[in-house]
Amino acid sequence: MIARRRDAALMPLLRQIGCATMAATLALAPPTTAQGRPPADYANVQLPDPAKEAEATALMATLRCLVCQGQAIIDSDADMAGDMRSLVRQRIAAGESANEVRDWLIARYGDYVTYDPPVSPVTLPLWLAPIVLLAFGVWIARASFRRRNR
Amino acid sequence: MRRWLLWLPLAIFTVVVVFAVRELRKPSDRTVYSAMVGKAVPAFDLPPILSGKPGLSAGDLRAGQPRLLNIFASWCVPCIAEAPQLMKLKAMGIPIDAVAIRDSDTAIAQFLKRHGDPYARVGDDKNSQVQLSLGSSGVPETFVVDGRGIIVKQHVGDIRDEDVAALAEAWRKAR
Repeated sequence: MIARRRDAALMPLLRQIGCATMAATLALAPPTTAQGRPPADYANVQLPDPAKEAEATALMATLRCLVCQGQAIIDSDADMAGDMRSLVRQRIAAGESANEVRDWLIARYGDYVTYDPPVSPVTLPLWLAPIVLLAFGVWIARASFRRRNR
Repeated sequence: MRRWLLWLPLAIFTVVVVFAVRELRKPSDRTVYSAMVGKAVPAFDLPPILSGKPGLSAGDLRAGQPRLLNIFASWCVPCIAEAPQLMKLKAMGIPIDAVAIRDSDTAIAQFLKRHGDPYARVGDDKNSQVQLSLGSSGVPETFVVDGRGIIVKQHVGDIRDEDVAALAEAWRKAR
Protein backbone atom coordinates (compact mmCIF):
# COMPACT_ATOMS: atom_id res chain seq x y z
CA MET A 1 0.00 0.00 0.00
CA ILE A 2 2.73 2.44 0.97
CA ALA A 3 4.86 1.42 -2.02
CA ARG A 4 1.90 2.11 -4.30
CA ARG A 5 1.48 5.55 -2.81
CA ARG A 6 5.09 6.29 -3.48
CA ASP A 7 4.65 5.23 -7.09
CA ALA A 8 1.70 7.52 -7.35
CA ALA A 9 3.78 10.33 -5.92
CA LEU A 10 6.22 9.86 -8.80
CA MET A 11 3.55 10.63 -11.39
CA PRO A 12 3.30 14.40 -10.97
CA LEU A 13 7.07 14.45 -11.12
CA LEU A 14 7.09 12.73 -14.51
CA ARG A 15 4.34 15.03 -15.66
CA GLN A 16 6.43 17.98 -14.63
CA ILE A 17 9.49 16.84 -16.54
CA GLY A 18 7.95 18.82 -19.37
CA CYS A 19 8.76 21.98 -17.37
CA ALA A 20 12.36 20.92 -16.85
CA THR A 21 13.06 19.95 -20.44
CA MET A 22 11.51 23.25 -21.44
CA ALA A 23 13.99 25.17 -19.31
CA ALA A 24 16.85 23.14 -20.77
CA THR A 25 15.83 23.61 -24.40
CA LEU A 26 15.10 27.27 -23.86
CA ALA A 27 18.79 27.92 -23.43
CA LEU A 28 19.66 26.41 -26.82
CA ALA A 29 16.68 26.64 -29.09
CA PRO A 30 14.74 29.41 -30.74
CA PRO A 31 11.32 30.06 -29.18
CA THR A 32 9.53 26.75 -29.57
CA THR A 33 8.01 24.63 -26.81
CA ALA A 34 9.63 21.56 -25.28
CA GLN A 35 7.84 19.43 -27.82
CA GLY A 36 9.15 21.47 -30.71
CA ARG A 37 5.88 23.26 -31.42
CA PRO A 38 5.79 27.03 -31.61
CA PRO A 39 3.89 28.55 -28.66
CA ALA A 40 0.15 29.01 -29.10
CA ASP A 41 -1.22 32.33 -30.37
CA TYR A 42 -1.15 34.94 -27.59
CA ALA A 43 0.68 32.62 -25.19
CA ASN A 44 3.56 35.09 -25.06
CA VAL A 45 2.12 37.92 -27.11
CA GLN A 46 0.03 40.74 -25.72
CA LEU A 47 -3.41 41.62 -27.01
CA PRO A 48 -3.48 44.69 -29.27
CA ASP A 49 -6.09 46.38 -27.04
CA PRO A 50 -4.32 47.61 -23.86
CA ALA A 51 -7.51 47.58 -21.77
CA LYS A 52 -8.22 43.94 -22.65
CA GLU A 53 -4.57 43.02 -22.10
CA ALA A 54 -4.70 44.60 -18.63
CA GLU A 55 -7.83 42.62 -17.81
CA ALA A 56 -6.27 39.38 -19.09
CA THR A 57 -3.01 40.02 -17.20
CA ALA A 58 -4.85 40.62 -13.93
CA LEU A 59 -6.79 37.39 -14.41
CA MET A 60 -3.72 35.34 -15.37
CA ALA A 61 -1.99 36.37 -12.16
CA THR A 62 -4.76 34.65 -10.18
CA LEU A 63 -4.96 31.38 -12.14
CA ARG A 64 -2.96 28.34 -11.09
CA CYS A 65 -0.60 26.59 -13.47
CA LEU A 66 -1.86 23.03 -13.14
CA VAL A 67 1.40 21.24 -13.99
CA CYS A 68 3.76 23.43 -11.97
CA GLN A 69 1.55 23.83 -8.94
CA GLY A 70 2.32 26.87 -6.84
CA GLN A 71 2.87 29.19 -9.80
CA ALA A 72 0.37 31.40 -11.56
CA ILE A 73 0.08 30.85 -15.31
CA ILE A 74 1.47 34.33 -15.90
CA ASP A 75 4.75 33.33 -14.19
CA SER A 76 5.16 29.89 -15.70
CA ASP A 77 7.21 28.67 -18.66
CA ALA A 78 5.36 25.35 -18.82
CA ASP A 79 3.76 24.60 -22.16
CA MET A 80 0.38 24.07 -20.54
CA ALA A 81 0.56 27.47 -18.84
CA GLY A 82 1.26 28.99 -22.26
CA ASP A 83 -1.80 27.26 -23.67
CA MET A 84 -3.86 28.53 -20.73
CA ARG A 85 -2.64 32.11 -21.31
CA SER A 86 -3.60 31.73 -24.95
CA LEU A 87 -7.06 30.57 -23.90
CA VAL A 88 -7.52 33.43 -21.43
CA ARG A 89 -6.37 36.14 -23.88
CA GLN A 90 -8.47 34.81 -26.75
CA ARG A 91 -11.61 34.56 -24.62
CA ILE A 92 -11.09 38.06 -23.22
CA ALA A 93 -10.45 39.37 -26.73
CA ALA A 94 -13.69 37.72 -27.88
CA GLY A 95 -15.56 39.83 -25.33
CA GLU A 96 -15.87 37.57 -22.28
CA SER A 97 -15.35 39.14 -18.88
CA ALA A 98 -12.56 38.00 -16.55
CA ASN A 99 -15.16 36.45 -14.25
CA GLU A 100 -16.73 34.47 -17.07
CA VAL A 101 -13.35 33.03 -18.05
CA ARG A 102 -12.59 32.20 -14.41
CA ASP A 103 -15.98 30.48 -14.02
CA TRP A 104 -15.35 28.51 -17.23
CA LEU A 105 -12.09 27.19 -15.77
CA ILE A 106 -13.64 26.53 -12.34
CA ALA A 107 -16.34 24.43 -14.05
CA ARG A 108 -13.53 22.25 -15.40
CA TYR A 109 -10.93 22.17 -12.64
CA GLY A 110 -12.82 23.19 -9.53
CA ASP A 111 -11.87 26.07 -7.21
CA TYR A 112 -8.34 24.68 -7.20
CA VAL A 113 -7.55 26.52 -10.43
CA THR A 114 -8.08 29.98 -8.94
CA TYR A 115 -5.95 31.70 -6.34
CA ASP A 116 -8.93 33.89 -5.51
CA PRO A 117 -11.28 31.34 -3.96
CA PRO A 118 -14.98 32.19 -4.12
CA VAL A 119 -17.02 32.25 -0.90
CA SER A 120 -18.60 28.81 -0.47
CA PRO A 121 -19.54 26.66 2.55
CA VAL A 122 -16.04 25.14 2.40
CA THR A 123 -14.14 28.44 2.25
CA LEU A 124 -16.48 30.32 4.59
CA PRO A 125 -14.36 29.55 7.71
CA LEU A 126 -11.34 31.07 5.91
CA TRP A 127 -13.20 34.31 5.31
CA LEU A 128 -14.85 34.44 8.73
CA ALA A 129 -11.90 33.32 10.89
CA PRO A 130 -10.05 36.69 10.85
CA ILE A 131 -13.24 38.56 11.79
CA VAL A 132 -14.05 36.11 14.59
CA LEU A 133 -10.48 36.23 15.95
CA LEU A 134 -10.45 40.02 15.83
CA ALA A 135 -13.74 40.21 17.72
CA PHE A 136 -12.40 37.73 20.27
CA GLY A 137 -9.28 39.88 20.74
CA VAL A 138 -11.34 43.04 21.23
CA TRP A 139 -13.46 41.22 23.79
CA ILE A 140 -10.37 40.05 25.75
CA ALA A 141 -8.77 43.50 25.56
CA ARG A 142 -11.94 45.17 26.80
CA ALA A 143 -12.26 42.74 29.71
CA SER A 144 -8.64 43.22 30.82
CA PHE A 145 -8.70 47.03 30.50
CA ARG A 146 -11.87 47.13 32.56
CA ARG A 147 -10.22 45.06 35.31
CA ARG A 148 -7.22 47.41 35.40
CA ASN A 149 -9.44 50.50 35.72
CA ARG A 150 -11.24 49.08 38.68
CA MET B 1 -14.29 34.57 34.98
CA ARG B 2 -16.30 31.47 34.24
CA ARG B 3 -14.47 28.26 35.13
CA TRP B 4 -14.98 26.45 31.83
CA LEU B 5 -13.30 29.25 29.89
CA LEU B 6 -10.00 28.18 31.46
CA TRP B 7 -10.23 24.93 29.49
CA LEU B 8 -10.93 26.63 26.16
CA PRO B 9 -7.27 27.11 25.06
CA LEU B 10 -6.50 23.47 25.87
CA ALA B 11 -9.55 22.34 23.91
CA ILE B 12 -8.52 24.39 20.87
CA PHE B 13 -4.96 23.08 21.16
CA THR B 14 -6.26 19.49 21.22
CA VAL B 15 -8.32 20.07 18.09
CA VAL B 16 -5.26 21.47 16.29
CA VAL B 17 -3.07 18.53 17.38
CA VAL B 18 -5.64 15.91 16.34
CA PHE B 19 -6.03 17.63 12.96
CA ALA B 20 -2.24 17.86 12.42
CA VAL B 21 -1.60 14.24 13.38
CA ARG B 22 -4.40 13.01 11.12
CA GLU B 23 -3.14 15.02 8.15
CA LEU B 24 0.47 13.95 8.71
CA ARG B 25 -0.50 10.26 8.81
CA LYS B 26 -2.26 10.36 5.45
CA PRO B 27 -0.42 12.64 3.01
CA SER B 28 -2.78 14.73 0.94
CA ASP B 29 -3.67 13.70 -2.60
CA ARG B 30 -2.12 16.25 -4.94
CA THR B 31 -3.85 14.87 -8.03
CA VAL B 32 -5.87 17.46 -9.91
CA TYR B 33 -9.16 15.84 -10.92
CA SER B 34 -11.52 17.10 -13.58
CA ALA B 35 -14.77 18.66 -12.44
CA MET B 36 -16.35 17.44 -15.70
CA VAL B 37 -17.03 13.90 -14.44
CA GLY B 38 -20.80 13.41 -14.62
CA LYS B 39 -21.18 16.12 -17.27
CA ALA B 40 -21.37 15.94 -21.06
CA VAL B 41 -18.22 16.14 -23.15
CA PRO B 42 -17.99 19.78 -24.30
CA ALA B 43 -18.40 20.48 -28.00
CA PHE B 44 -15.19 20.16 -30.02
CA ASP B 45 -14.05 19.07 -33.44
CA LEU B 46 -10.40 18.10 -33.88
CA PRO B 47 -8.79 17.42 -37.27
CA PRO B 48 -6.96 14.13 -37.81
CA ILE B 49 -3.26 14.07 -37.01
CA LEU B 50 -2.51 10.98 -39.13
CA SER B 51 -3.50 10.30 -42.69
CA GLY B 52 -5.67 7.20 -42.75
CA LYS B 53 -7.04 7.72 -39.23
CA PRO B 54 -10.02 10.01 -38.63
CA GLY B 55 -9.93 13.01 -36.28
CA LEU B 56 -12.20 13.27 -33.27
CA SER B 57 -15.28 15.33 -32.48
CA ALA B 58 -17.63 15.42 -29.51
CA GLY B 59 -20.28 13.79 -31.75
CA ASP B 60 -18.11 10.66 -32.10
CA LEU B 61 -18.28 10.27 -28.31
CA ARG B 62 -22.08 10.08 -28.14
CA ALA B 63 -22.64 7.55 -30.89
CA GLY B 64 -24.45 5.11 -28.58
CA GLN B 65 -21.46 3.01 -27.50
CA PRO B 66 -19.39 3.85 -24.43
CA ARG B 67 -15.74 4.58 -25.27
CA LEU B 68 -12.46 5.38 -23.63
CA LEU B 69 -10.96 8.78 -24.41
CA ASN B 70 -7.21 8.79 -23.92
CA ILE B 71 -5.33 12.08 -23.61
CA PHE B 72 -1.75 11.39 -24.65
CA ALA B 73 1.33 12.64 -26.46
CA SER B 74 4.35 11.11 -28.14
CA TRP B 75 6.65 13.23 -25.95
CA CYS B 76 5.13 11.92 -22.71
CA VAL B 77 7.10 9.28 -20.81
CA PRO B 78 4.25 7.72 -18.72
CA CYS B 79 2.29 7.34 -21.99
CA ILE B 80 4.85 4.74 -23.05
CA ALA B 81 4.34 2.94 -19.74
CA GLU B 82 0.57 2.73 -20.21
CA ALA B 83 0.68 1.64 -23.88
CA PRO B 84 0.58 -2.14 -23.15
CA GLN B 85 -2.42 -1.65 -20.83
CA LEU B 86 -4.29 0.27 -23.56
CA MET B 87 -3.56 -2.60 -25.96
CA LYS B 88 -5.03 -4.97 -23.39
CA LEU B 89 -8.19 -2.88 -23.10
CA LYS B 90 -8.46 -2.81 -26.88
CA ALA B 91 -8.10 -6.61 -26.97
CA MET B 92 -11.06 -6.79 -24.57
CA GLY B 93 -13.14 -5.14 -27.29
CA ILE B 94 -13.21 -1.67 -25.75
CA PRO B 95 -13.13 1.13 -28.33
CA ILE B 96 -10.52 3.79 -27.55
CA ASP B 97 -10.25 7.27 -29.06
CA ALA B 98 -7.45 9.69 -28.41
CA VAL B 99 -6.57 13.35 -28.26
CA ALA B 100 -2.91 14.02 -29.07
CA ILE B 101 -1.60 17.04 -27.17
CA ARG B 102 0.87 19.44 -28.83
CA ASP B 103 2.17 16.79 -31.19
CA SER B 104 3.25 16.23 -34.80
CA ASP B 105 2.20 13.62 -37.35
CA THR B 106 5.66 12.08 -37.71
CA ALA B 107 6.20 11.81 -33.95
CA ILE B 108 2.77 10.23 -33.42
CA ALA B 109 3.25 7.78 -36.30
CA GLN B 110 6.59 6.72 -34.81
CA PHE B 111 5.11 6.42 -31.30
CA LEU B 112 2.22 4.22 -32.45
CA LYS B 113 4.55 2.05 -34.56
CA ARG B 114 6.83 1.46 -31.61
CA HIS B 115 4.32 1.08 -28.74
CA GLY B 116 1.20 -0.23 -30.52
CA ASP B 117 -1.88 1.54 -31.83
CA PRO B 118 -5.04 1.00 -29.74
CA TYR B 119 -6.90 4.01 -31.18
CA ALA B 120 -9.92 4.18 -33.48
CA ARG B 121 -9.55 7.94 -33.88
CA VAL B 122 -6.85 10.44 -32.98
CA GLY B 123 -7.63 14.17 -32.83
CA ASP B 124 -4.91 16.80 -33.16
CA ASP B 125 -5.09 19.19 -30.18
CA LYS B 126 -2.33 21.63 -31.15
CA ASN B 127 -2.73 24.11 -28.29
CA SER B 128 -4.29 21.91 -25.59
CA GLN B 129 -7.62 23.73 -25.99
CA VAL B 130 -9.69 20.52 -25.94
CA GLN B 131 -7.61 19.20 -23.06
CA LEU B 132 -8.40 22.37 -21.10
CA SER B 133 -12.11 22.15 -21.95
CA LEU B 134 -12.15 18.60 -20.54
CA GLY B 135 -10.55 19.67 -17.26
CA SER B 136 -7.53 17.49 -17.92
CA SER B 137 -4.34 18.72 -16.29
CA GLY B 138 -1.69 16.58 -17.94
CA VAL B 139 -0.83 13.53 -19.98
CA PRO B 140 -1.72 10.73 -19.84
CA GLU B 141 -5.31 10.82 -18.69
CA THR B 142 -8.19 8.56 -19.63
CA PHE B 143 -11.90 9.34 -19.57
CA VAL B 144 -14.70 6.77 -19.74
CA VAL B 145 -17.52 8.27 -21.81
CA ASP B 146 -20.94 6.61 -22.03
CA GLY B 147 -23.01 6.26 -25.20
CA ARG B 148 -24.72 9.62 -24.66
CA GLY B 149 -21.43 11.48 -24.35
CA ILE B 150 -21.48 11.82 -20.55
CA ILE B 151 -18.11 11.46 -18.80
CA VAL B 152 -18.56 8.75 -16.16
CA LYS B 153 -14.98 8.28 -14.93
CA GLN B 154 -11.57 9.89 -15.12
CA HIS B 155 -8.27 8.11 -14.63
CA VAL B 156 -5.38 10.49 -13.98
CA GLY B 157 -1.88 9.31 -14.84
CA ASP B 158 -0.69 6.19 -16.60
CA ILE B 159 -2.90 3.10 -16.55
CA ARG B 160 -1.15 0.40 -14.53
CA ASP B 161 -1.84 -3.29 -14.79
CA GLU B 162 -3.99 -3.12 -11.65
CA ASP B 163 -6.12 -0.30 -13.12
CA VAL B 164 -7.18 -2.23 -16.22
CA ALA B 165 -9.97 -4.17 -14.48
CA ALA B 166 -11.53 -1.03 -12.95
CA LEU B 167 -11.53 0.81 -16.30
CA ALA B 168 -13.02 -2.20 -18.11
CA GLU B 169 -15.66 -2.45 -15.38
CA ALA B 170 -16.53 1.25 -15.67
CA TRP B 171 -16.83 0.85 -19.44
CA ARG B 172 -19.08 -2.23 -19.04
CA LYS B 173 -21.30 -0.42 -16.53
CA ALA B 174 -21.65 2.55 -18.89
CA ARG B 175 -23.37 0.39 -21.53
